[in-house]
This record gives sequence, C-alpha cells and structure tokens, in this order.
Amino acid sequence: MQDVAADTIAIIAKRVAPEKRNLQPTDRLDDLGIDSFSAVEMIFDLEEKFDIQIPFNSNEVRPEFRTVGDVVAAITKLIGGRA
Amino acid sequence: MPHRVVVTGWGVVSSIGQTAASYWSNLQRGVCGIADATLVPADQLSQKVVAEVKDFDPRAHFDDRQVAMLDRVAQFAVVAAREAIAHAGISLGDGLSERTATIIGTGVGGQNTQDDNYKRLYREGAKRLHPLTIPKLMVNAPASQVSMHCGLRGPAFAVASACASATHAIGLAFQQVRSGAVPCAVTGGADACITLGTMKGWEAMRVTAPDTCRPFSRDRKGLVIGEGAAVLVLEALEHAQARSAPILGEIVGFGMSSDAGDLTSPDDRGMVRAIEGALADARLAPADIEYVNAHGTGTAANDEVETKALKRAFGRGAEKLVMSSNKSMLGHALGAAGALELVATFLSMRHGIVPPTINYLGPDPNCDIDCTPNEARRMQIEHALSNSFAFGGLNAVLAVQRGTD
Repeated sequence: MQDVAADTIAIIAKRVAPEKRNLQPTDRLDDLGIDSFSAVEMIFDLEEKFDIQIPFNSNEVRPEFRTVGDVVAAITKLIGGRA
Repeated sequence: MPHRVVVTGWGVVSSIGQTAASYWSNLQRGVCGIADATLVPADQLSQKVVAEVKDFDPRAHFDDRQVAMLDRVAQFAVVAAREAIAHAGISLGDGLSERTATIIGTGVGGQNTQDDNYKRLYREGAKRLHPLTIPKLMVNAPASQVSMHCGLRGPAFAVASACASATHAIGLAFQQVRSGAVPCAVTGGADACITLGTMKGWEAMRVTAPDTCRPFSRDRKGLVIGEGAAVLVLEALEHAQARSAPILGEIVGFGMSSDAGDLTSPDDRGMVRAIEGALADARLAPADIEYVNAHGTGTAANDEVETKALKRAFGRGAEKLVMSSNKSMLGHALGAAGALELVATFLSMRHGIVPPTINYLGPDPNCDIDCTPNEARRMQIEHALSNSFAFGGLNAVLAVQRGTD
C-alpha cells in the first residue's frame, strides 16, 4: 500500500513545477498548478501505471480529486476494490 | 469595389436529416440525433452515445466504382454539394466552372479509411494496403471530390481548423467572392470520424458526455461526437441577380482570431476578438444582432467561456440576446459543424423560427444568456452571428443578414 501512495505521488509530481514537488497530502491540485488538462494526463498515467479504469469527466466537479491525499485515497480504493 | 456576397443554395447531410428540407423540419421540432453508437462496437466505448448519419446508403448516390473511391467523409461532402448546386439552380457553363471556388473544411479527413487500413495492417497482419488508401484519407479528399463530381475548376482546397474548419472555409470563400477573385464559390464542411480509433481518442480527453449533449444547461456533462456535411453556394449579388436566383441570405462579415494560449481550454478574449472582428467587417454594431447561433458544445468550459465572451462583446445588450446551440440535436459534427450551423442560421432567419437548445435541464448561473431552452421560438431576425471555436485556440465568426426572397 505504501508503494501505491509513493507511486501515485510521483505521478502527481510529474505535473508540478520542480520547486513545488515536495508534495503533502493536504496540497490542493489547483494550488499546485494542475489545470484540467494536466489532470486528464495525470489520470491517464495513473490508469497506465496501475492498470485500472478511473471514471473521470472534466465537465464534472470531482471532490475526490481535490487534494493529493484525495487522489492517493481514490487510487488505493480502486486498487483495493480490484483485489 | 467589394461585392455583396449572397447565398443561393445549400445542401445538408446530418444526423437529423439527409436533405436540407428534412434537416430543417427536424431542427425546428427539436428532434435529437444522438443515440447509442452503431458504427463502432459500443462495448469498447466508455461513452456510448454519438450523433450518426443513420442509414446513410452511399449506393443511393454513387455507383460501385465511385463508392470504392470515396471515404464516408467525401461521400457526405459530395451529396451535400450536389444538393446545394441543384438548389441554387446554377449552370456552370460559359466559363463559370473555371471561376467557381471549392473550399471545404474538414477536421480530420478520411478516418474510416485510416482506421480500416490500420486494423488490417496491425491487427490482421496484412502485407499490403489498398492503393486508394492515401487518396481516400487525405484531408483534401472532400474538397477534391466535390470539385471532381460537380465539375468545379476554379480555386479548390481544404481548410483544417478542427471544430472551426467549416466556418473558416466559408469565411475564406466569402472573402474570395467579395474581393471579386471569383463570382461563385461552393463551400462548407464535412466530417465522418465515428471510428473506434477516433472515439477512443475523444474518450481519453474526458470531455465527452455519457448521456447526451446539454449546451448551456446545468448538469451538462460534455460534448457528443457527431458527423455530417453541409455545403452552401455563395455568389456575388449581381451575379445572382443576373440569373434571377433566389437570395436566401447574405454573408456580411467574417472575423478570425487565435488565442495563442492553451491548446484545449477556450479563452474568452480570443472569442471576443473574433466576434468583434466579424461585426467590424460587417459594419454592424452589437445592437444590430438579434440572434447568435452559438458554438455551444455542452462542455463545462466552452459554454461558460462563450457566455462570458458574448457578454463582453455585447455589454448590456446580452440581456436581450437570443441564442441557441444546434449541437444539442446534432452533436458536434466537428469540421462540418460550422456549415450545418450556418445553414440552420439562414433557415431560422428565412422562417422566423429559432430552433431550440434541447436536453436543457435548468439554468446554470454561469450561462445566463437566453439559449431558447427546449422549445422553438418565433422571432424575426435581420442579423445574426454564427460562432465556431476550435481546439488549438482557433476562432471564427460569420455575420449574416436575412435574404430578400
């Protein structure tokens, strides 16, 4: 589970400017400069990494993808649900 | 001395009608062309709804040899162009053929040909592809096929600007006729890219709706991919008058701009520059415009940003403005969209009826311009705008005036 969190954070960090890459669970994706298309690319990387399907539509407000911790929790849940 | 540019014919292949007459009948009644995909295996799609040209039979329009040479996108373009030229009642003899331009917008070209052939090559291990693969999939094939099938020998080329392709194409044709470079142009747009490869690409962008297209509505969930073609015949006014052609409408201005910013996110500043460019080109004030045929894709971003742009361009006048989005019925026919919507705009002006924006669930506070929700409306329109805003930040707006016939 630790690896899932670390891998997820590493994928999020790819979308963030180098000086902001020391990510904390409470960091908001908006504040990290992850715009809607960066988020779509990040979701693609996460799906490829973990071989999962993440239901995500840019047209909807998604509270479960607000912070770094939200993303880690959502991915952990999706992987847990699969296992 | 610039020429006035009038419209004397049009033709349509759409998800709600394969002639201009059936298109208009269904448009004003709010018939929705969106349904579960049949052209691609729906079980491989996460978003299963599209707006297909249903039961299109190429053999009703072409012989076997011609069918083999034409991708679906070129079939649509040629069928719409033939209808437009017949509607205009124009004879291309006496050298007119050599002075008629053919300018057709296409977003992506022959995607069915590309998809079929790549499947054969990569999945089925084919050793060779059909010799017509390239001539069928090239992005100028619809323009070339329209010129060949209709005998149009003047300037001919394709315009590609994604969702704004048709509007850019028609705008360039308008400029050609206005300048006197040609007296006549056959122009519009076509796209037919409901293929598995393209649909998976759209899916990956996470902008397509799972249910239907609800422009400017609360709880809208994105765009729906469509297909089709529309073609118009443009003529210099005196040319049309000399042959006593009916004047169905007039193009009076064209504005273009580029955001030079984000690849996919719309920018109201770029939109405003295109809208103001069209108005200035037409020598019209914002108050002269009664109706806007909106780009209105049904994405959260486009509809909010387009509303913001119209409010900036029209100021207080936006409170009285009426608009609608044909994409609620047609889906987003991409490179054909601007032409389908321009024909709809002229038909709205001729009949004094604004087609509704259907599938509307209720207001979104960020989209507070009257979008003619769910019910068509009787309304006299003298001047209108037709908006198209493309991925890549490419914006094109046409200003039009009601015809005299």
